[in-house]
Amino acid sequence: MIKEFLHILRDSRSMVLLFGLPVAQILIFGYVVRNEIRNVNIAILDHSKDVVTREITQKIFSSGYFHLKRELNHPDQIKKAFQRGEVREVIVFEPGFGEKLENEGTAQVQLIADASDPNAASLVVNYTSGIINNYVKDMVAGNSIMLNLTPDVRFYFNENLQSVFMFVPGTIALILMLVSAIMTSISIAREKETGTMEALLVSPLKPLQIILGKVTPYIFLSVINALVIIALGYIVFGLPVRGSFLLLLLVNILFILLALSLGILISTISNTQQVAMFISMFALMLPTLLLSGFIFPIDNMPQVLQWLSNIMPARWFLIIIKNIMIKGTGFLYIWKETLILAGMTVLFIALSVKNFHYRLE
Amino acid sequence: MTRYPIIQVENLVKKFGDFTANDHLTFEVYKGEIFGFLGANGAGKTTALRIFCGLSRPTSGNIHVAGFDVYSQTEEIKKNIGYMSQRFSLYEDLTVRENIHFYAGIYGIKRKEIAARTKQLLEELDMEPIANKLIRGLPLGWRQKLAFSVAVFHQPGIVFLDEPTGGVDPVTRRRFWELIYDTAGRGITVFVTTHYMDEAEYCDRVSIMSEGRIEALDTPDKLKRKYKAENIDQVFLKIARNK
Repeated sequence: MIKEFLHILRDSRSMVLLFGLPVAQILIFGYVVRNEIRNVNIAILDHSKDVVTREITQKIFSSGYFHLKRELNHPDQIKKAFQRGEVREVIVFEPGFGEKLENEGTAQVQLIADASDPNAASLVVNYTSGIINNYVKDMVAGNSIMLNLTPDVRFYFNENLQSVFMFVPGTIALILMLVSAIMTSISIAREKETGTMEALLVSPLKPLQIILGKVTPYIFLSVINALVIIALGYIVFGLPVRGSFLLLLLVNILFILLALSLGILISTISNTQQVAMFISMFALMLPTLLLSGFIFPIDNMPQVLQWLSNIMPARWFLIIIKNIMIKGTGFLYIWKETLILAGMTVLFIALSVKNFHYRLE
Repeated sequence: MTRYPIIQVENLVKKFGDFTANDHLTFEVYKGEIFGFLGANGAGKTTALRIFCGLSRPTSGNIHVAGFDVYSQTEEIKKNIGYMSQRFSLYEDLTVRENIHFYAGIYGIKRKEIAARTKQLLEELDMEPIANKLIRGLPLGWRQKLAFSVAVFHQPGIVFLDEPTGGVDPVTRRRFWELIYDTAGRGITVFVTTHYMDEAEYCDRVSIMSEGRIEALDTPDKLKRKYKAENIDQVFLKIARNK
């Protein structure tokens, strides 16, 4: 009996509601987490004031990323400028910069950033050194002498520009988790709360049918969501899918199943929507956000948290989709992680079935 | 009229840990009657009802509902019963019509038949003008009638009503009982739990439960005579006092 379509029909209203949410989420995440800088106030301490430093300075400001707030004359002013919060970065050229560069092929430029906001600082530094390096490359092209300019960067954080690509996979994980696990658990808990679950249980429907009926709409929804995110990632943020699209889709479905089984598991242990909500938030959302490597690199975590992150499904999922999307690797490279995800799915389903039966006793 | 039992209960025991919710219940319910299952809150009514519906398993005892064993034939039982809980079990964010269609659908009624019978039901309930309104906006009395009609839509042999009149005013309750009579008149056995003693008067037979045991079971009139009481409420009080 394929009456599950009726369940879908019944869910149609909340589905409309649910749809806007993930899309908004992608865009918000996309634009907020999108580590782009624009019009950052900086200061310049130019001990050299020659043609080269002036050209570099000009290049930096014409990029649109920076705004010259102040020209400094003395190193003592640097600290003050930071303290007053006027500038986020100070660029220091050593005396005789241009001369040294031309004669010795090497010169020093120092980038000092306000690291009270470490992520922003490292970004600013990255952008600046990128521009300076470009300039030097151009010089090399027009000059026979081998030039070697070494930007001396302080406040160097291990983040590099590539991490911008990180958030699309992360958002996929987060949204799939959100829609699949949280929405499923809440909607099943809602049925319990309103007593409709009881009505379904006394009907000839088998528990499995009930659950399938509840879950099917969310599978559709989640797959579509995943596709939307990937498409948005490609169109808006220029993130390509380098590996097999089919493989990506299959892995996504696996993760969706995993999240759904988690949602069902949560719903078997919670009787009200609020409880389901809280469990989902604290047991799923936050760990997914914090421990999966989405925002904070796992390598930087304390050992205990690194172990903990091993049980985060999203962690393995992230490795897989990063491999497929960014590195373009095939199944051979990710079978281990896929196996872990599959194992977790089976485990959660088994647990929820066990819980479900227990409840009937 | 030959009375044949549609629910047979022999020594039903249900324990939750050390607590005995149902202590050796033995009784029969006959086809087509309105059977009242009375008792104070916590007397074990709902527990027993859940067992008859296949929602819960008894600890021991021999129980048959509509001729099917509650241990091994819950699927068959479920096909032959209707159930309405005190919470009415309607989807608030669906319309009247959608609710009827949905529940009819899960009982496997054919699409064509659903459409025809829905129309008929809406006429009977005078609900045609609000057929496309959400349940959320309906008054309690209407929801109650609808929930009941939905529970018997698939024409089960027995319908179980778990405190169907909770929180409803006396006039609405009265009207609801008329609906119950209609249903019983069509040969559907009505098994109703309640703690409103006045409702017991409407039943063909009532059983009075206290602390997990059935203390009395008979027609309301005979019970009143036996306990020399004017109404079932007094019967109930006397039983409670004798303990």
